[in-house]
Amino acid sequence: MWKRLHQFASPKFFYHFSGHLIPWLWGAFAIFLIYGLISGLLFAPPDYQQGDAYRIIYVHVPAASLSLMVFSVMGTMSIIYLIWRIKLADVVATASASIGAWFTFLALVTGAIWGKPMWGTWWIWDARLTSELILLFLYLGVIALRNAMKTPDTAARAVSVLTLVGLVDLPIIHYSVDWWNTLHQKATILKLAKPDIAPSMLYPLLAMMVAFFLYYCALMLMRVRIELLEREKRADWVKNILYPSTNGIGASKD
Amino acid sequence: MIFLLRALWAVIRYDLVLSFRHKSNWANAWLFFVLVVSLFPLAVTPDIVLLHSIAPGLIWVAALLSMLLSLPHLLRSDYEDGSLAALLLSPYPLPFLILSKIVAHWLVSALPLILISPVLGVALHLSLEEISVLIVTLLLGTPVLSLVGSVMMALTVSLPHQSILLSLLVLPLCVPVLVFGAGAVINVGLGLSNEGVFALMGAILVLAVTCAPFAASGALRVAEF
Repeated sequence: MWKRLHQFASPKFFYHFSGHLIPWLWGAFAIFLIYGLISGLLFAPPDYQQGDAYRIIYVHVPAASLSLMVFSVMGTMSIIYLIWRIKLADVVATASASIGAWFTFLALVTGAIWGKPMWGTWWIWDARLTSELILLFLYLGVIALRNAMKTPDTAARAVSVLTLVGLVDLPIIHYSVDWWNTLHQKATILKLAKPDIAPSMLYPLLAMMVAFFLYYCALMLMRVRIELLEREKRADWVKNILYPSTNGIGASKD
Repeated sequence: MIFLLRALWAVIRYDLVLSFRHKSNWANAWLFFVLVVSLFPLAVTPDIVLLHSIAPGLIWVAALLSMLLSLPHLLRSDYEDGSLAALLLSPYPLPFLILSKIVAHWLVSALPLILISPVLGVALHLSLEEISVLIVTLLLGTPVLSLVGSVMMALTVSLPHQSILLSLLVLPLCVPVLVFGAGAVINVGLGLSNEGVFALMGAILVLAVTCAPFAASGALRVAEF
């Protein structure tokens, strides 16, 4: 099993494997997105209080949940990198950081757009909003630290430590601001009891969450492939891919 | 064991003697703390009610910024003169050595702030009970700032322009301490019990003491010498 795992994590194998996977991910993304958007924006009933304005949740909720999920993926990858020194894990964490930061930004912006007509203000220092803002700063810190370090290996280890510290602190931040001040509604979907939302609204939302997740996977894998080519540019298999006609410049000819 | 304790004491003593000889490094941070707090009544309003309501947060933010200002002295000068490399080579476990450096840093950079804060509290019209709660929260919270700061300092110690990066890394992680620390003082005015808040801050402190020295030494082993 260990051998299989190491083979999977080897840059060459992963490059080709993800190359086959990405078109399927984009295809599945398109299906879920089209279903989610059409049934969410056109067929789901308007909310009895908020009218049609609530429909922004079909972007807001997936973006917000992805922003948390991407950070936990980065945390997991950091643990894997620090313990087993699998370079691929660090590449995945690198590729995820800026995508996660954009999801966080998107969640904040769509929340503000929704907040203006509903709460009458763009921004409230509420628990959810504040912890999401701090999450954005954590993402920016991770990205900034990575850019500040010159050697990739040093950067990888430093960023892994930072991500882990952030991962430990994230729930603490979340609960501390939760007890501090709250206007944002509580979770309605991700709880163990029966969801408080009508199925006709819920299914498009779930479809959009799946779509966002697939979008993240596809985009992340594309970035991972580019990053792999960049980091492994001296390896023969990369030269064979980049210069296929000449059978690799400077690569060993077989 | 006795050798380890002696080594830790040597590290603490070394840092304390050094900071005693470079008084300006630390005195600047203390002055900064007092100055920032005293600028606010001038900038906002000398109104007693308003000042009283913003005082806890104000003192906490000022303490946080002042500790951020003195954070580079924790490892930076040791990095530059090579004594940090010597520390890394020593046979004693690095997390404990880091922890004793953090203790020395806290004694020099945070303890004076805590000693001055009652005076500032009186100047901002806090009641006696509020001041005592403020001191307890500062005693529980500032070590966490030192500990979190040490990890971030260790991560950035070899970078040429670390000060901006350092604040980006440290400040978001200090939010819980800030929220609970300032919140506890406000609770007094509302007549709420603070036992839960103290317990939580203590828990955060225990977590930080347990994890931060290991994270910091892990980060130091990465740094380029």
